[in-house]
Amino acid sequence: MKSTTVDRIIDVKSLSFFYSQDSQTLKNISMPIYRNMVTSLIGPSGCGKTTLLRCFNRMHDLYPGNRYEGEILFNNTNILSNSVDLIELRCRIGMVFQRPTPFPMSIFENVAFGLKLKGIKNRRELGQSVETALRHAVLWDEVKDRLNASAYNLSTGQQQRLVIARSLAVKPDVLLFDEPASSLDPISTLKIEELSASLKSNYTIIIVTHNMQQAARISDWTGFMMLGELVEFDRTDQLFTNPSNLLTEDYISGRF
Amino acid sequence: MLIKDEELKGIKEMLLTMASHVEIAIKDSVKSLLEKDLELANKVIKNDHIVNTYDVQIDEACIKFIARRQPVGKDLRFITTGMKITTDLERIADHAVNIAERAVELINEPANKTYEDISRMREVAQRMIKDAIASFVNEDKRLAKDVIMRDDEVDDLNDSINDELITIMTKQSASIIQATKLAYISRNLERIGDHATNIAEMVIYMTEGRIVRHMADIKEPPKHP
Repeated sequence: MKSTTVDRIIDVKSLSFFYSQDSQTLKNISMPIYRNMVTSLIGPSGCGKTTLLRCFNRMHDLYPGNRYEGEILFNNTNILSNSVDLIELRCRIGMVFQRPTPFPMSIFENVAFGLKLKGIKNRRELGQSVETALRHAVLWDEVKDRLNASAYNLSTGQQQRLVIARSLAVKPDVLLFDEPASSLDPISTLKIEELSASLKSNYTIIIVTHNMQQAARISDWTGFMMLGELVEFDRTDQLFTNPSNLLTEDYISGRF
Repeated sequence: MLIKDEELKGIKEMLLTMASHVEIAIKDSVKSLLEKDLELANKVIKNDHIVNTYDVQIDEACIKFIARRQPVGKDLRFITTGMKITTDLERIADHAVNIAERAVELINEPANKTYEDISRMREVAQRMIKDAIASFVNEDKRLAKDVIMRDDEVDDLNDSINDELITIMTKQSASIIQATKLAYISRNLERIGDHATNIAEMVIYMTEGRIVRHMADIKEPPKHP
């Protein structure tokens, strides 16, 4: 791993994760996440990349028996600490899943949902925030004339961008993307990929993808994982042209 | 504009800048010979590192593009063409350096009648480079084909200069050293024409998808064994 002067927003330190007492899924992972960069996590199925992603906003806490060891410093605060407010954490580190998850309500209400939870009631303020979020998600022009229509009327690709807009509305620092384009057609995939590039000027993105080529296209940094370990973490340019680990070389060149 | 198109534009701009440095090197190398300008010759030799740096930077950008974008179709043809063009441009700059080095050695020698032909040869070869690069930038296959046709003129000038030099050497053995160096300069200009032809052939590949190298007639479809 090469040293860098880029600002770290998250610092993973010796992180291990257990789904139950004896089932260790992540093994002593240390890695930086750099601010305003896209970081990809790649690796074969079961390598732990989604498990790692879900650590960043404590999604594992929704199920009993899960256990973390080590630290995840987010702006120098350990988010694995018991004193962390999980609602606040998940506002600041938002998540977008594999399949779009619009709520059964209008386009406007979907985006305004998190804002209302935070107690914002002023219609003008809500309207402005919804518009800004939809613009950042490059969806505004497609929906501005039908904000009161059901979110279910949108195409799958539009629904995924709506979900991204919903995450953006609460002004997160970090967005976690879990295979955000795997259920989308190539054109919608391209839009999500271009979107992630434009979003990074304001947000930090961590993306898990089965699609190695997608990781190569959109990320600045890439981590290759296997059997719960982080095998290699480097600049995407470097990792896809001259990886330092033989396992990484075999994986990216399809020799597994 | 798509991100990948911005990256391709960046590579194209780097190639254009590299080509402009190469053109200056050719022009100045021959000028330093004709005008016995030692300072100019040394400048050509000294500035070769600029072209070498572009050669490496463009190669790195193309390799990264291939690794990260997995280009196909037009993008693939563009990137492979770009990588070949940069190699040809770098070689051309090396030929300009060779010419400048000979110009330094000939600084005290009087001009002879081949100097005019060398000047003419430089003009044609440099025009070929300029047009080959223009055909790449504008995806102009007609201009590329025209460049390929012009290589014969450079070859003819090279032959004519060599004949003249043989005549001079036969008559005046004292001028053998000078004549040998001039033959070397002529040979370098002839090679510059060949590299311009290579670039133009790659532009035809880029625009038509046909590899026309080693074909007697570029209008003919390739013959398969």
